[in-house]
Amino acid sequence: MLKIENLHASVEDKGILKGINLEIKAGEVHAIMGPNGSGKSTLASVIAGKEEYEVTKGNIVFNGEDIEDLAAEERAHKGIFLSFQYPVEIPGVSVTNFMKTAINETRKAKGLEDMPAKDMLKLIREKSELLEIDRKFLSRSLNEGFSGGEKKRNEIFQMAMLEPQLAILDETDSGLDIDALRIVANGVNKLKSKDNAVLVITHYQRLLDYIVPDFVHVLYNGRIVKSGGKELAHELEEKGYDWIKEEVNA
Amino acid sequence: MSKYTEDDLREELKTKEYEYGFYTDIASDTFPIGLNEDIVRAISLKKGEPEWMTNWRLEAFKAWKEMTEPEWANVNYVKPDFQAISYYSAPNSKPKYDSLDEVDPELLATFAKLGISLDEQKKLTGVAMDVVVDSVSVATSFKKTLGEKGIIFCSISEAIKEHPELVKKYIGTIVPQRDNFYAALNSAVFSDGSFCYIPKGVRCPMELSTYFRINQAGTGQFERTLLIADEGSYVSYLEGCTAPSRDENQLHAAVVELIALDDAEIKYSTVQNWYPGNSEGKGGVYNFVTKRGLCEKNAKISWTQVETGSAVTWKYPSCVLKGDNSVGEFYSIAVTNNFQQADTGTKMVHLGKNTKSTIISKGISAGKSQNSYRGLVKISPNADNARNFSQCDSLLMGNECGAHTFPYIEAKNKTAKIEHEATTSKIGEDQIFYCNQRGIDTEKAIALIVNGFSKDVLNKLPMEFAVEAQKLLEISLEGSVG
Ligand SMILES: Nc1ncnc2c1ncn2[C@@H]1O[C@H](COP(=O)(O)OP(=O)(O)O)[C@@H](O)[C@H]1O
Ligand SMILES: [Mg+2]
Repeated sequence: MLKIENLHASVEDKGILKGINLEIKAGEVHAIMGPNGSGKSTLASVIAGKEEYEVTKGNIVFNGEDIEDLAAEERAHKGIFLSFQYPVEIPGVSVTNFMKTAINETRKAKGLEDMPAKDMLKLIREKSELLEIDRKFLSRSLNEGFSGGEKKRNEIFQMAMLEPQLAILDETDSGLDIDALRIVANGVNKLKSKDNAVLVITHYQRLLDYIVPDFVHVLYNGRIVKSGGKELAHELEEKGYDWIKEEVNA
Repeated sequence: MSKYTEDDLREELKTKEYEYGFYTDIASDTFPIGLNEDIVRAISLKKGEPEWMTNWRLEAFKAWKEMTEPEWANVNYVKPDFQAISYYSAPNSKPKYDSLDEVDPELLATFAKLGISLDEQKKLTGVAMDVVVDSVSVATSFKKTLGEKGIIFCSISEAIKEHPELVKKYIGTIVPQRDNFYAALNSAVFSDGSFCYIPKGVRCPMELSTYFRINQAGTGQFERTLLIADEGSYVSYLEGCTAPSRDENQLHAAVVELIALDDAEIKYSTVQNWYPGNSEGKGGVYNFVTKRGLCEKNAKISWTQVETGSAVTWKYPSCVLKGDNSVGEFYSIAVTNNFQQADTGTKMVHLGKNTKSTIISKGISAGKSQNSYRGLVKISPNADNARNFSQCDSLLMGNECGAHTFPYIEAKNKTAKIEHEATTSKIGEDQIFYCNQRGIDTEKAIALIVNGFSKDVLNKLPMEFAVEAQKLLEISLEGSVG
């Protein structure tokens, strides 16, 4: 589904990603771990098409198509979703209105009519129940005054609404208490199928207890320096990252 | 990759074309240019006015000659040459029509282009309209329904003839002839406008609406609106306008006077979309308006406005809260783009006890435009327990535009409670990327963010008008980004 080859990316002429190789197939869950500042969010943004980041080398292929030249919204239309580490506020725009716009713009791009209001309401009800979100919450301005946990849960609600093929969850666990973490993870697992894939970015093992990865990669200094199965996450939890840094620098 | 930076955005905003850039060629009965006492008399004569009205105009003209154009506003423009303007122009077909069939087809075509054909408006929205085209009313509808309730809704010219006692009693009491330079000019030469009277205890059953048009090259337009809500009555009044695109400055200096007697309520909503000039800042309408309302005891006046047009706007709808417990509200969205300049705001004058005012102003600036909010809250010594809340928010797009806030407060009573909040924000690239990531393109994202920013004010508009206003906001910014 996603194939990244020798990806280099920089911002303001500063190289951040320095040769990433990653292949994700349908039905898989991948986890990326790594110390702060290693480039995890940058990788997520580059896949999603943030223009601030310049791809200087390598390529990103999604379902057989090089997506380098596609705008962020076009990548979204093709089924790439990013749950942001820091979701932004949009004052005066309700969650419902935002989702309605997002869904209908995506449908428009596919040559479909707007989703009938009845179906939209049904979808909202279904997905808000899945994530145990109070419907009143959905009429609040997007992310404005939301707690850290509410923001993250809202991101996953949006993911549930949009049903992407590839979901990238950037530190979705930070800010969540244990109950919320379970609800969110449960939501992600329910959406999981053999046709879609999840890329989980996290610092902690605890999310991976719920969303069990098939592969774990360690990103350090713009490169994937180690890959393994889910046991690698346990090892990192126990030993931290220093031994990896030493291995790399040796 | 189709990189989309703020520079691109700015570039595209400049290429915005005026949506309604066309011009209707209707043969007009136009006066020679220039202004003197004879012209004032001729206007009055042409309109068949009684002598008291002619004299009232002449007084105003005398006052105007002594006055100079104000310069305190934060706007920069070539002052109009008042001797180079023609002060009267009327479509030369019959001035009044019984049905639309009699209306000049070219005029109807103009309406069709604007998407607001009278026919449709009448049928679909149940809105009664008094259409002012080039200063003379050409069609009036729903008069009968209103008449049954004793509501008078007609052109001011007609009111001067048919209801002289009401006009004589109230005209100039809220905005005196010598109030300011433009008001004095308007008082001397006003060509037409609307008159509305709601009798005691009557709730006007429909939104009253007037579409203003400027339709003749080089013709100043001077409407005069007088709206009286008698004791315990209620009315919601809508005013909307668009103008054909012309490469010549068109001066507009209207006066609107509202009177809300004891326990009455007036909602006055405006959507204004005059030609703002081209992307080099050439042409465009100069809009110098004086709007003021008086509240008697327990009365309430709300001004709601969405301003997207004009090259230069100078406009401060105000409330004089004379009666105890009266309420004044001002809700405004002002959008400026390219070289537009807007200096707008409100005055809330608290005279009575327990008077309350609310000001919510949303300014959106793009291109090289300048958007200023100027507000005065005045609490007089007798106004015990007066309260005011003001909120002024500015949204900037790009780095070449400006937003300015000038709040003035004069509190002469210690019991006054005045709160003022102000914010300035920019549409952030992170906000746009967030929307893009959800499948919303940049153009739509900006529309969404702008509508969200303006929501508190859009919510105050009557339903049909809110939809129209929302579209207008999208057109004035979104159309430019695509
Ligand atoms: N927009 C940006 N401008 C400048 N530097 C950036 C920007 N985004 C990320 N960086 C830098 O790139 C590096 C990687 O950041 P990031 O991808 O956020 O790391 P992680 O998510 O792994 O903590 C950091 O050194 C960070 O400061
Ligand atoms: Mg990060």
